[in-house]
Amino acid sequence: MDSSLLANLQLGFGVALAGTNILYCLIGVMLGTLIGVLPGIGPVATIAMLLPATFVLPPVSALIMLAGIYYGASYGGSTTAILVNLPGEVSSVVTCLDGYQMARQGHAGKALAIAAIGSFFAGTVATILVAAFAPPLAELALKFGPSDYFSLMVLGLIAAVVLAHGSLIKAVAMIVLGLLVGLIGTDVNSGIARYNFGLPELIDGVGIGPIAMGVFGFGEIIRNLEHGQKRDVFVKRVTGLMPTWTDLKMSFWPIVRGTTLGSMLGILPGGGPILGSFSAYTLEKKLAKDPSRFGKGAIEGVAAPESANNAAAQTSFVPLLTLGIPSNPVMALMIGAMIIHGIQPGPQIMTANPELFWGMIASMWVGNLLLVVLNLPMIGMWVKLLTLEYRFLYPAILLFCCIGVYSINNAWMDVLLAAGFGLIGYVFGKLDCEAAPLLLGFVLGPMMEENLRRALLLSRGDPAVFVTRPISATLLVIAALLLVIVLTPSVRKKREETFVEDV
Amino acid sequence: MKRREFLVVGGTLAASIALPARAAYPEKPVRMIIAFAPGGESDIGARLQQGVFRKKFGQEMVIESKPGAGGALAWSQLNTFPGDGYTVMGTNLPHIALQPLEGNVQYKTDDITNVHMYQYTPDAIIVRNESPFKTYQDLVKAAKEGQDKVTFAGSGTNSANHLAHTRLNRLMGTRTMYVPFKGTGDLVASVLGGHVSAAMSYNTLALSQKSKMRMLAVASERRLPGFPDVPTFRELGGDWVDGAYRGVGVPKSTPEDLRRKISDIFSEINKDPEFRQKMADGGFELIDITYDKMAAFMAERTKAYLEGAKLMGLAK
Repeated sequence: MDSSLLANLQLGFGVALAGTNILYCLIGVMLGTLIGVLPGIGPVATIAMLLPATFVLPPVSALIMLAGIYYGASYGGSTTAILVNLPGEVSSVVTCLDGYQMARQGHAGKALAIAAIGSFFAGTVATILVAAFAPPLAELALKFGPSDYFSLMVLGLIAAVVLAHGSLIKAVAMIVLGLLVGLIGTDVNSGIARYNFGLPELIDGVGIGPIAMGVFGFGEIIRNLEHGQKRDVFVKRVTGLMPTWTDLKMSFWPIVRGTTLGSMLGILPGGGPILGSFSAYTLEKKLAKDPSRFGKGAIEGVAAPESANNAAAQTSFVPLLTLGIPSNPVMALMIGAMIIHGIQPGPQIMTANPELFWGMIASMWVGNLLLVVLNLPMIGMWVKLLTLEYRFLYPAILLFCCIGVYSINNAWMDVLLAAGFGLIGYVFGKLDCEAAPLLLGFVLGPMMEENLRRALLLSRGDPAVFVTRPISATLLVIAALLLVIVLTPSVRKKREETFVEDV
Repeated sequence: MKRREFLVVGGTLAASIALPARAAYPEKPVRMIIAFAPGGESDIGARLQQGVFRKKFGQEMVIESKPGAGGALAWSQLNTFPGDGYTVMGTNLPHIALQPLEGNVQYKTDDITNVHMYQYTPDAIIVRNESPFKTYQDLVKAAKEGQDKVTFAGSGTNSANHLAHTRLNRLMGTRTMYVPFKGTGDLVASVLGGHVSAAMSYNTLALSQKSKMRMLAVASERRLPGFPDVPTFRELGGDWVDGAYRGVGVPKSTPEDLRRKISDIFSEINKDPEFRQKMADGGFELIDITYDKMAAFMAERTKAYLEGAKLMGLAK
């Protein structure tokens, strides 16, 4: 096993380091970083647009480049999240919470650096995991049935309560609101459109892009209009571009834990990076000696979720490469790219196209290295961006957001929705309601419903499946424990104190 | 209202005035709108046509994705585009027949002017390797004994897979259960993990999962080249040749000669040997329903779908 792994890795690095492939990897990660930084313009639109251009390339080079765009985007997404509170990618939503606060306190450079370092560490570990354990990991993911997924989502939602700081009741309200927004669209089981107000554009529901861009991005921009040019105050005292030893020490374990969580959740189809970053943040907050620091510029709050989303971005290739299962829209597009290039995606890839399989895995590590090398020196430049005057920076961001949101489905409705959610986000800000739990409720709600109903359909309506299946039962027990912890008087007191401080 | 009529008439008039210049069609890039997300089978098919189109006709075919509502979002807009031949749209059967029956959408089947159908992926029953069902007969036997213990995963409700499953139940004389899925990823994982008994899907799934799954029966006219041991439903006693058909439609205002021209172009693309090979590798069965055969083809198909829809309770 070990020697064959080495031989495989040798084959992989041989492919990945071949002159042209390393060039395409570089192009991929650079493009990825760019679209990641630009809010809204996501990897799906970019890969779709570039697909015809890759026809002339050998399949391995093409797929290496497309993969680079994907994880490069997840990497670049943190930059805008930290600097302007705009999640460049949906998976960097959580990074906004503490990253932006760090930037406000003049620590933008540190936040960016720790995100880069965490991502690189996570990328390295996840690549090794994929190389060594891809097939057994994929088998493990298959063990998850509908009831197990449902219980995982329940755990995720309860974690979302922990995630929020401030009022418990507001956090629950935001989650429920997220669930409700998630209900919009076609009901899978009956095929009937729900809450779409008769609009055909809403038959598929509301996309996560418009909501994330709206609530976080547009909302933040409106909020800033109130302050005029006061923003410059926190930019002028930018200190220490690089993290100190203490910062690194504080971030070490969060990075390790984030990587672990992200790697595990990335393997499961559906929402890996998003779920990974949310749960990593929650975990850190639970483990922290002083959870009240979170949401106010805690470096762990950047390190953990950034590591998690990057790890998950890497391991989400496991179901694709080993089973031919797309775990998200980008992976579905990669499958399309393979077929167009004459490669039949599926479980046979590893044996039929070993150079592709191992070449792609090795290129991921190479790509991650390139990302760090490219991005660390650019931190200074990104931070300078903050000194740009409000009246130039924000209209530009708004424009990119609109283009980006439109490009997701080529639908103007999405732009309107983003604008609407921007207003809502502004109002929420005024009411001290956190947008992060809303987003998590929105992401988890539909998956939860789908799996709940599927589980009950398969069990002929017998709810016992949720406690008789070991995976599901374990997850529910953990969820119950978490609930107990949240409701314990001492913890509650702490939460309320946080709330008071917030006011 | 009058203004709109005027515009329509004006548009048609302008189109017919422009007639002589059309000998050279296409003389600028043609926009092909695909009603599904990039990476899906409709998108893949179009992207493979893209290269041949450029090679044979010297113009670009630009693919634009307009996904939404299972394709309905794009199809309901088809007739709002100019009928100049430079905007065409991928169309799918049975989708454009079933969706209007369901009643959620803002177009009717007759609103779609199909000019050519070029390929289809036949319906297929697929199980994982570990499944106890080695043959179609095993499946029928188990379904008759256990009735609703046998479950079929398919994509969506009132969809092509759902219709196929309804037909399968009638053919087998059983009441097996249909479990709808939103995405292909979940569906494949559920079949591989053994959470459902089988998939009611297309031959393309069996092809991509060849080492982990097997196909029990397929709704093609004759056995598929890559699967010489898999019987067709015809052999198994069903009058069932069907699947997801893909073709191209144009706005209603497109004049007859352009419709024919576009049909000819896609016939021509279907003849390209390299393209044929790539399509075959991807599991697409090529057909050639040209514009003059379209009315008869649609009539025959629609009749079959209506029958299935009645069984599903979609139509009376």
